[in-house]
Amino acid sequence: MKYLDEFSNPELARRLLDQIHAATTRPWALMEVCGGQTHSIIRHGIDQLLPAGIEMIHGPGCPVCVTPLETIDKALAIAAQPGVVFCSFGDMLRVPGSGQDLFGVKSAGGDVRVVYSPLDALTIARENPDKQVVFFGIGFETTAPANAMTVYQARRLGVTNFSLLVSHVLVPPAIAAIMESPACRVQAFLAAGHVCSVMGTEEYPPLAAKYRVPIVVTGFEPLDILEGIRQAVLQLEAGRHELYNAYPRAVRAEGNPAATAMLRDVFEVTDRTWRGIGMIPGSGWRLAERYRDFDAERRFAVTDIHTEESPLCRSGEVLQGLIKPNECAAFGRQCTPRNPLGATMVSSEGACAAYYAYRRLDLAQIS
Amino acid sequence: MCLAVPGRILNIAEADGTLMADVDFGGVRKNVCLQYIPDATVGEYVVVHVGFAIQRLDEASARETLENFERLGLLDEEFGDGLGRAARQAGVE
Repeated sequence: MKYLDEFSNPELARRLLDQIHAATTRPWALMEVCGGQTHSIIRHGIDQLLPAGIEMIHGPGCPVCVTPLETIDKALAIAAQPGVVFCSFGDMLRVPGSGQDLFGVKSAGGDVRVVYSPLDALTIARENPDKQVVFFGIGFETTAPANAMTVYQARRLGVTNFSLLVSHVLVPPAIAAIMESPACRVQAFLAAGHVCSVMGTEEYPPLAAKYRVPIVVTGFEPLDILEGIRQAVLQLEAGRHELYNAYPRAVRAEGNPAATAMLRDVFEVTDRTWRGIGMIPGSGWRLAERYRDFDAERRFAVTDIHTEESPLCRSGEVLQGLIKPNECAAFGRQCTPRNPLGATMVSSEGACAAYYAYRRLDLAQIS
Repeated sequence: MCLAVPGRILNIAEADGTLMADVDFGGVRKNVCLQYIPDATVGEYVVVHVGFAIQRLDEASARETLENFERLGLLDEEFGDGLGRAARQAGVE
């Protein structure tokens, strides 16, 4: 248990682990949905502290990783246009498109700016009325309220030189798609805590019932994850399949009503292609018709996009939990954070980036 | 961008008809939209994601999380220089 000393409360971590070991009588495969949880698991070696039969399958919950290649290519095309200020979260800058990435566009003279909040992009738009300011609106349900509010404010304040390139994705349809897949091995889910801080938990009991799979709303810190795993194992061993909220300090059943009201006003559900996975019906949000004037795809009418993924990259299989990052032949060789072939090697949430950051030495010793 | 970080509300003011607050994240200050937790008060802790408060949090949990994030270098990752980080990753700097 070499990692245990690094937990904020090693005693509590040991107690939770002891309970997980005591409760486990056979192998189980659990999926953590969120990439932030994946990083926490790999960084703290949680997967190596669990009973041998408990496998953590890393889920597709990294919005940076699943933003479709076509949308990345559209972002690159828009950002390269003169008179455009293209604003993004920093995580997106090195995500590979078919040809280059946003960082490359910036290096070639494009006005690409990293902002902390989408409201910062709106401020840039108000200060530069002669420029077209575009914000790259990606993310799960946690991030969508921020983008929704920004478009709402743009409309209310009449900031007509602002637009949003929208690629929002939703967790519950992804869980359904994973369970419907013939290759599915997942027997329980750790659901993403902050998604539920916004949305609440009511979408999950029907999924737990339909697929007979425990769903445990889980936080992001190591002890939160251990508690999520413990609750999932207890359900699996007892043959139960329910929603359980293991993150009550930040998740209420009703979510955040003000945020969900804004989401209903600004967005509408749409089919969405997930990079590496494919189209999942009803798994995204786009701007509702009354906000469509603020849709960057409409404003810039980018066409002539020919997407091309790296033939070596197996990030699609990583995102579906079919292989671990180090099972890809390119991992750590042709594909590194400096020269990423796929988005999973880029983001601070991507599974390949997590393995590269925290497991590289272990892997080198093995091979 | 994917973190949600707890912070303490220092003051609340309206800007252009929007409820905004200065929030302290263990020494880092940010101006944050409070429109989704409109009844929050000065001194309370809220969970903040990309500049928006999305839930309340009790003080003890918030302080513990902040200490953990600081120890793990996550606050710098969230509030630091994103462009510089991308440049370092690209090997430009």
